[in-house]
Amino acid sequence: MKALSVRNLDVWFGVGRDQVDAVKRATFYVNAGASFGIVGESGSGKSTILRAVTGLIPTWSGEIEVDGRHVQHKRGREFYKLVQMVFQDPYASLHPRHSVDQVLSETLQLHGFKDIDARVRGLLDDVGLGPSFRFRYPHQLSGGQRQRVAIARALAPEPKILLLDEPTSALDVSVQAEILNLLNDLRAEHKLTFVMVSHDLSVVGHMCEEVAVMKDGEMVEVMDIETMRAMTPRHEYTKHLLEASLNYSA
Amino acid sequence: MTDTTPTPESQSLRDWLLTDTPTSRRHAKFASFYKGWLRLRSNHMAMFGFAILIGLLFVAAFAPWLAPHDPYYQELSNRLLPIWSEGHVFGTDSLGRDILSRLIYGSRITLYIVTLVAMIAPVAGLLVGTIAGYAGGWTDVILMRITDIFLAFPKLVLALAFVAALGAGIENAVLAISLTAWPPYARLARAETLTIRSSDFISAIKLQGAGPIRIITRHIWPLCISSLIIRVTLDMAGIILTAAGLGFLGLGAQPPSPEWGAMISEGRRFILDHWWVATVPGLAIFTVSLAFNLLGDGLRDVLDPKDEKS
Amino acid sequence: MNLLDVEDLWVRFPTSSGMFEAVRGVSFSLGRERLGIVGESGSGKSMTGRAILRLIRPPGQVDAERIDLEGTNLMQMSEKEMRDVRGSQISMVMQDPKFSLNPVMTVGDQIMEAYQLHNKTNRREAKARAIEMLEAVSIRDAERVLRAYPHEMSGGMGQRIMIAMMMIPNPKILIADEPTSALDVSVQGQVLRIMDKLVQDRGMGLIFISHDLNLVADFCDRVLIMYAGRIVEVCQADRLHEATHPYTRGLLNSLPRLDAPKDRLEALVRDPDWRHQPSVSGLK
Repeated sequence: MKALSVRNLDVWFGVGRDQVDAVKRATFYVNAGASFGIVGESGSGKSTILRAVTGLIPTWSGEIEVDGRHVQHKRGREFYKLVQMVFQDPYASLHPRHSVDQVLSETLQLHGFKDIDARVRGLLDDVGLGPSFRFRYPHQLSGGQRQRVAIARALAPEPKILLLDEPTSALDVSVQAEILNLLNDLRAEHKLTFVMVSHDLSVVGHMCEEVAVMKDGEMVEVMDIETMRAMTPRHEYTKHLLEASLNYSA
Repeated sequence: MTDTTPTPESQSLRDWLLTDTPTSRRHAKFASFYKGWLRLRSNHMAMFGFAILIGLLFVAAFAPWLAPHDPYYQELSNRLLPIWSEGHVFGTDSLGRDILSRLIYGSRITLYIVTLVAMIAPVAGLLVGTIAGYAGGWTDVILMRITDIFLAFPKLVLALAFVAALGAGIENAVLAISLTAWPPYARLARAETLTIRSSDFISAIKLQGAGPIRIITRHIWPLCISSLIIRVTLDMAGIILTAAGLGFLGLGAQPPSPEWGAMISEGRRFILDHWWVATVPGLAIFTVSLAFNLLGDGLRDVLDPKDEKS
Repeated sequence: MNLLDVEDLWVRFPTSSGMFEAVRGVSFSLGRERLGIVGESGSGKSMTGRAILRLIRPPGQVDAERIDLEGTNLMQMSEKEMRDVRGSQISMVMQDPKFSLNPVMTVGDQIMEAYQLHNKTNRREAKARAIEMLEAVSIRDAERVLRAYPHEMSGGMGQRIMIAMMMIPNPKILIADEPTSALDVSVQGQVLRIMDKLVQDRGMGLIFISHDLNLVADFCDRVLIMYAGRIVEVCQADRLHEATHPYTRGLLNSLPRLDAPKDRLEALVRDPDWRHQPSVSGLK
């Protein structure tokens, strides 16, 4: 069973002469319960794919299927009950004047849950934040704690697919380890499907079973993680990317 | 941590308010409010302005008890008494009315104008600006061109035209001032909305299926309001001056109303021989305008969300 | 003689809840070498770099026993003398070139202005030198780049231009604060190699501030590991993977590695004691 299928996805910005093709004919499939990584350098269109899937960018064409159902350009609340996203910068993804409690209760309320109080406590517990964090404002939280709140918000509607847009690139390495561990635990616990975008190959290598490599808006290669670890990709660019990331690390 | 040793109760209340781990929604609100207040309190100039405004509020509320004379009582035998004369600290005007009493009653009118304008203009601006900014496209173009048309007129001339059309009087003056004052707020709110609109936390709430009305009212307004409040306090001086200007031109408050601008207007005939008749209300306008400016400057430091990271 | 000796450096910021100490009594020296300073955000590594140049703005305070640049104490210099030091003896490269270059001036004008500030020459020679500088940082199409504006440059190109500019006065010390963390991996290596070559050729001292342990281990000669405003460990860069302090070990272990996969990453458990242990001296 495919949790997410994307076929011939084109995403563009601007019109006429100013049109920029950010993603060109991207095709990939993610099995239910799997973890799929997308790597590439800045400007390669990797985050754009996630934003197009969620509908944050309306200018796309192609086929997107979530949980076996076609996704229209206008997405309803059922779609957002299925697919959620965690953003890159936890300093920008929380409303500066909303407390943790406000963020989570509003989300729960929007999805029509009734037992909001109990659920907020449950969500905080899920992401490893105690009840003492419930009424804090973002400026009273560290980067890692903010990202945990953002993850809790994404988990609130009980989605099946979690899109992760560089969830740890703004964090320190020790905090990154905690967040990655948390994400892996949550994936096992809630049977989630992950699509993770990152520029860091070792992070994707740690989190995912299959990796797609993007270059200039095109998906040049989809490989499994063993191929990546063995450094035997088919495409020249992937090889170059792997070497560059190993050269000044390890 | 502090070297003062307050009583146990006040210490615990302070701790309760300054905690980083609030225990309820109300607690969190109080705590963040208290922290803002502490920031404001450390700004001495802002507190000075704040104190003057509290004084103004006090004077306006207790005018009948504070005023030594009836502001409308004319005593032609005592006309144009100089400053510091017996029983009339600020002297009397051309009709023998006590200037101090008129000032005290006039504070009510000033507050009335300021409050009404502050309730109408920023709200109108906020609505137009956020809708234009969030909707974009044609809505934005149309709303913003209307704003530009209003902005293109000199303020006082536009207000004059409105008052001339609606008739002289305080209420119409307020309306006229509001109509001329809202466009800058609309521009400000739109600019803020444009930056907020593309931020990740708005994307995040969109992904929860929130509609535009919820996003504008619950997520964009709270962030625009602080900069609007700052702008309003800084503009208050201008509003008071415009109201005074209308009063001075005889299009605002009508005699014998003790509106400060009207008082200057009456006093200008005697400005060379009896300078205090026009100067004293002028100083009152100056003081209140300055107070609003100082407070606005202090509020900028407290409310500006850009500083909150530190 | 060492290029730089820093002894007992403190950086403090007054806050509403008392004095915040960003750097707490750090001592180290710098020879003609590549010295890495690693640590997480809030460890005080960037503050250390800025404090050497006395770039901490009031109400922040910098105190030190001494900050000796080849024997002259920078702490005793006037602001005017410091400006001279900042321009010509110690240069600094920041994280994001976008914020360091003037957006409304062409790259060429900026480089030439910087050059003419330090050398009394005419425009023609300044231009010739600018082209030379750009070629030194492996920019091929130097003539074209001179006419371009900063926004037309990619991140890696911008950072190379910054480095070129910082090298003009022939400084003795280059402080690089996360110079490559805004860049893609492939560009990162390129920029590092250029920096390395310049430092080697001119016999400069380099202070390389970074959060990336592996990068520092590869690139530097000696490494200071900072935690909570203090140095917890000093070691040779090639021996970083044999580091002994639990904090350094924890940082190393928390990194995911392509060549050594594991199911769970080790989360760093912070010992409150680390905060109180005295700062390790990095003096030579």
